Amino acid sequence: MIRTRGLVKEFNGFRAVDGVDLEIGSGTLHALVGPNGAGKTTLFNMLTGFINPSEGEILIEGVDVTAMAPEQIARRGVARSFQITSLFEELSLLQHVELALQGRSGQGYRFWQSDKRLRRFRDEAHELLDRVGLLSSAGRPAGALSYGQKRALELALALALSPRLLLLDEPTAGMGIEDVAKTIDLIARIREDRTVVLVEHNMKVVGSLADRVTVLQFGKILAEGDYDEVRADPRVITAYLGESVA
Amino acid sequence: MITARLLQGGGALRWTLLVVGLVVALALPWFVYPPIATDMIAWALFAVALDLLLGYTGLLSFGHAAFWGSSAYATGLVAIHTGMPFYVAVLAGALVAAALAVPIAYLSVRRTGIYFAMVTLAFAQLIYFVANQWRSVTGGENGLQGIPRNLFGLDLSDGFYFYYAALPVILLGLFAAWRIVHSPFGRVIIAIRENPARARALGYSVDRYKILVFVLSAFLAGVAGGVYAIGHGFASLQEVYWTTSGKVVVMTVLGGMGTLWGAVVGAGIIVQLEDYLATAGIDANGIVTGAIFAITVLLFRKGIWGTVAQLLGRRRRDDRDAEPGPVRPATTTEEHADAR
Repeated sequence: MIRTRGLVKEFNGFRAVDGVDLEIGSGTLHALVGPNGAGKTTLFNMLTGFINPSEGEILIEGVDVTAMAPEQIARRGVARSFQITSLFEELSLLQHVELALQGRSGQGYRFWQSDKRLRRFRDEAHELLDRVGLLSSAGRPAGALSYGQKRALELALALALSPRLLLLDEPTAGMGIEDVAKTIDLIARIREDRTVVLVEHNMKVVGSLADRVTVLQFGKILAEGDYDEVRADPRVITAYLGESVA
Repeated sequence: MITARLLQGGGALRWTLLVVGLVVALALPWFVYPPIATDMIAWALFAVALDLLLGYTGLLSFGHAAFWGSSAYATGLVAIHTGMPFYVAVLAGALVAAALAVPIAYLSVRRTGIYFAMVTLAFAQLIYFVANQWRSVTGGENGLQGIPRNLFGLDLSDGFYFYYAALPVILLGLFAAWRIVHSPFGRVIIAIRENPARARALGYSVDRYKILVFVLSAFLAGVAGGVYAIGHGFASLQEVYWTTSGKVVVMTVLGGMGTLWGAVVGAGIIVQLEDYLATAGIDANGIVTGAIFAITVLLFRKGIWGTVAQLLGRRRRDDRDAEPGPVRPATTTEEHADAR
C-alpha cells in the first residue's frame, strides 16, 4: 500500500526524518511510535503531501506521490486526521461532514448553484456523525465542542472521504480514559475495509489495535515487528526508558 | 452563530431586510442627490466584490482599483467607440477586468496575509503606470473624456433617470455575489478562510479556489467600475490609483466584513460623508474618514453591520440550537490571521 525509499527531511541541517524505508501492507493497521521528536509527524506530513521530502520517494498503491500536493493525494483515497485538532471553528458539524463529502464529489466549484445542493449529502453526513457518536450535536459549531468530541469529528471527516488509506495522527492525544476506549472501538470498526496508519503515544491503543509497529528514533527506524516483538526489543526499551533501565 | 442566523439563516428577518434594502435602493435618488446615489450603489457593489475576498475567503486585496479602474477605461472605450447600450459596455469592461485578474490571481494567491496584499498592490500600481503612460488610449492625466450614456435612444442625461437605468445592473451584481456566497463554492471558500490546510486534506485545491473567487470578485468590481465610469462620463487615473483600493477596503471593514450587507452600508456611509465634506467645503476628507475608520475598528471590530446584527441577535438567543444555521460571517482581522 505504502512504500517509502530513503525518505529524508532536513530542516536547516537537522534531519527530522533520516533515511526511512517503510513498507505498509494493504489492509493492515500499522502503528508508528517513538519518543517525542522521533520524526513521526514529519513522516506523516510527507506521506500526505504537506511537506516535500528532501530526498527519497513515496509510493502509494504503486504510484509515485512524492511531489503531489495534499489535495491530489487526498483525492487518491488517502485521508488524514491532524494531531492538533484542525477544524473550521465557525462551521457546524453537519457542514463539516457535508464539506468533506462534497470534496469527494468534486462539485465545489459550482458557484452558480444554491448551497441547498449540499442537502443531498445530509443523510450520509448524519450517518457518519452517528458513527462517531456526534449526531446529537450536528447543528453546533465545531468551536463549541469538547476536546474529545473534536477528535471524534476529525475521524468523521477522514471517514467522509471513504479513504482506502487512513492516516491518523495521535487520535487519542489528550483524551480521558473513557474516550480512549471509545476511540479504540471506533478505529477497530473503521479499519475493516481499509489500511490504517496510526501515530500514537498511548501503548494501550497500539497494543490493542496494531498489526505491525514501527519504532522511530532520531528520524530513523529503530525496530519493526508486531507489538510484542517490539515491546521486548532491548533497543526500544532503551529508547523509551533510557540507558540505566536497559 | 447568532449573527449568522440573523443575516443568512433565513426566515422572516432575511426577507424583511431584503425588502427594506430594495425600498431604500428604489427611493434613494429622492433623498440623495442622484449622481451621488449612483456613486453609492456603484461603490456598494465594489465593496461587496471585495468582501468576497476579504470577508469570505480571508484575502486582503490591496489592489482592487486595478479591476474597478481597468473596467472603467474599457467600459468607456467601448461606449465611445461602438455606441452600444451602456449595459454591453459595462459587461465588456467587467470581462476585461476578469481577464486581467486571471494572471494577477495566479501569481498572487500563493502568498497570504500581508504578502498577498503587497503583491496585489504592486500589480495595481503596474496597471496605474500603464494607464498613465498609454495616453493615446486612456488620455493619460486628462483621463478618458466624453463617455456617452447610450441606452436604446433613451435620454439619460438627467442623473435621476440614469440612476434607475444603472440600478438593475448593480442589483444583478449584488445578486451574483449573494449567489456565490450561498453556493457549494461559497462553503468551500469559507472553509479555506477558516483553515486552508484542512481544506486541502479534504481534497480541495485551495489555490484554484482562491483564483476563481479572485476572478469573480474582479468581475463584479469591474461591473461596478463600469457603471461608475458611465455615470461620471469619464474615467480618470484616480480610478486605478491605490487610494481607490484603500477606500474600498475601508468601506468593507467599516461596514463589517463577511456580511455583504456590511459592505453596502459602509459604501453608503463613506460616499455620503465625502460628499457632505466636499459640499461643506471642509478639506479634511482623509482625516475625518480615517478617524471614523480607526474608531470603528477599535470599538466595533465587527463593523457597523456586524455590531448592529449582534445587538439584534441578543434578543433571539433562545432559538440558538434550533436549525443548523450557515456560518457566522468573519469578524475581525485577528480571526483571519488565525485562519492562516
